[in-house]
Amino acid sequence: MSAGRGIGGPSHRAAWIFLAPFALVTLVFVAYPLVQSAVLAVQQTYGPGTKTFVGTKNFTDMSGDPVFWTALRNTIIYTLGSLFIQLPLALALALALNSPRLRGRGIYRLIFFSPQLMGLVFVSILAALMFEKQAGLVNQSLHAITGGLWSLDFPWLESHVMATLIIISLWMYVGFNMIYFLAALQNVDQTLIEASEIDGAGVLARFRHVVIPAIRPVGSFVIMLSMIGSLQLFELPFVLLEGTGGPRNQGLTVVMYLYQSGFEVGDLGYASAIGWVLAVLLIGLAIVQLWIIRREER
Amino acid sequence: MSSPAVPASARRRTGGWKRWTLQAVLATLAVITLIPFAWLLIASLKSGEDFFGAIFFPPGEGPLGIGWDRLTLDNYRKLFAEGFGRAFLNSVFYASTTAVLGTLVCSASGYALAKFRFRGRGPALIAVLSLIILPPTLLIAPGYELLYHIGLLDTVAGLILPVVAPAFGVFLFRQAITQAVPDQLIEAARMDGCSEIEIYFSVVLPLIRPMVGAFLLISFLAMWNNFISPQIVLQSQDKQPLSVAIAQLRGIYRTDYGLLMAATVVSIAPVALLFLLLQKQFISGLTSGAVKG
Repeated sequence: MSAGRGIGGPSHRAAWIFLAPFALVTLVFVAYPLVQSAVLAVQQTYGPGTKTFVGTKNFTDMSGDPVFWTALRNTIIYTLGSLFIQLPLALALALALNSPRLRGRGIYRLIFFSPQLMGLVFVSILAALMFEKQAGLVNQSLHAITGGLWSLDFPWLESHVMATLIIISLWMYVGFNMIYFLAALQNVDQTLIEASEIDGAGVLARFRHVVIPAIRPVGSFVIMLSMIGSLQLFELPFVLLEGTGGPRNQGLTVVMYLYQSGFEVGDLGYASAIGWVLAVLLIGLAIVQLWIIRREER
Repeated sequence: MSSPAVPASARRRTGGWKRWTLQAVLATLAVITLIPFAWLLIASLKSGEDFFGAIFFPPGEGPLGIGWDRLTLDNYRKLFAEGFGRAFLNSVFYASTTAVLGTLVCSASGYALAKFRFRGRGPALIAVLSLIILPPTLLIAPGYELLYHIGLLDTVAGLILPVVAPAFGVFLFRQAITQAVPDQLIEAARMDGCSEIEIYFSVVLPLIRPMVGAFLLISFLAMWNNFISPQIVLQSQDKQPLSVAIAQLRGIYRTDYGLLMAATVVSIAPVALLFLLLQKQFISGLTSGAVKG
């Protein structure tokens, strides 16, 4: 019947056999829940069993829910930290490691990347002990370095939760993002660099006119990845603060609030509504970014 | 042109000074990066009283002024007496099953999308691409509800099945196969009478071995470190993987630092080992989607 286009005739059916496992799993565990999340978002539930239709109530409730706004603010602070502290540091590190005459590049690359191997949960456990008062490594080191000026009782996990989270994320992700930038720097034309050196172009000028254009595609990919990951921050504060938002919800993130609403309060409807707000935010940001990239390419 | 007035020796000197500063900065950063690991490892070997006594090694009479004899494996013994070995085996099982299944599912569909012209290919490709940007958090609540209704809550299948078909994996394999597998080779195998399944296993997969290795590693790591899925899906104590077990351990033994450190070491050691063995493949897999831009 169907004249095979492309490779061979019988492959028509074969293609669907190869696709079937993916299609099946995706239909059941992604497409169906996706539809269901829209249904749930207009319902109130008590656990997975009982539910009532509430229309847009979840969304109007959310707009007047101070805890949600706290969670959103914290999440945005963390994301800004990722974009404006973590990524520039990652790029700087990549540039430093990319200089051809540097000794020990391989070992540096391995060391800076290594924290990424520890899962977020395990990092959180370690960090919880490191940022403790008295016995924690961070306060003890700062105490020793400053000759006793730094208090051993500095309350990282009590009053400076967001700063602590951002510091931990630096340790964990700077090396990871550095790997991407290093890969991107392989695209930089070495002859262009040499030419600009001969022309006496300054470091900054070279950075702007040679390096930046070459790493732009990977750069926007890393920005997107980092934004998506940061806005969905969950494990790190959840384990660090033992399932709570910390004192005065200082470390509560949007996904943590989604988890609390859905699985501690038992309202999967409100949780889904929070999920949709986050999804719209994420997809909106992705579209804006694509639009910017397109415009710059023209 | 650079000014010829600057003598070469002077230029070399400034270059050397710069290089030394760079080395010093990088070495400092490397030490800061590694210190938490050292602290973790040493603390896991210390008894409760020594934990508070010294930042790193306990002082003593041994070489380097360190009380080597004060270090102990007690924390590890206690850990396994607490049933942590079970959680370890669970993690190994979940992560390797997910890695193998995920690699098979993603590479098969990547192959279909790369090498077959069939009706529905365009829409399928668009679906894969849009699924990549779908935030997984959106599926947490309805996913839980689904597992409840089909009776997969607190089962291994309920934990593993939903994560064996990540769209980004399909995309990675499609790119790799498009690049590395020539059409003629597939045609030739067909002429020789190979079945489609045989072609996939004996022609396609061997040609993309680096991608297979990288993806096995990436999905193993992802499942090993996954916390939110087991936390939501699994309830029985004896099914918990390391990630959940360690968080629970902290809830119970809040102040037993040595024990928590030992648990952390046990949780990250296999992954670190795997990575050291396979780091080339890993990093190339990680950046394979990104480099071509």
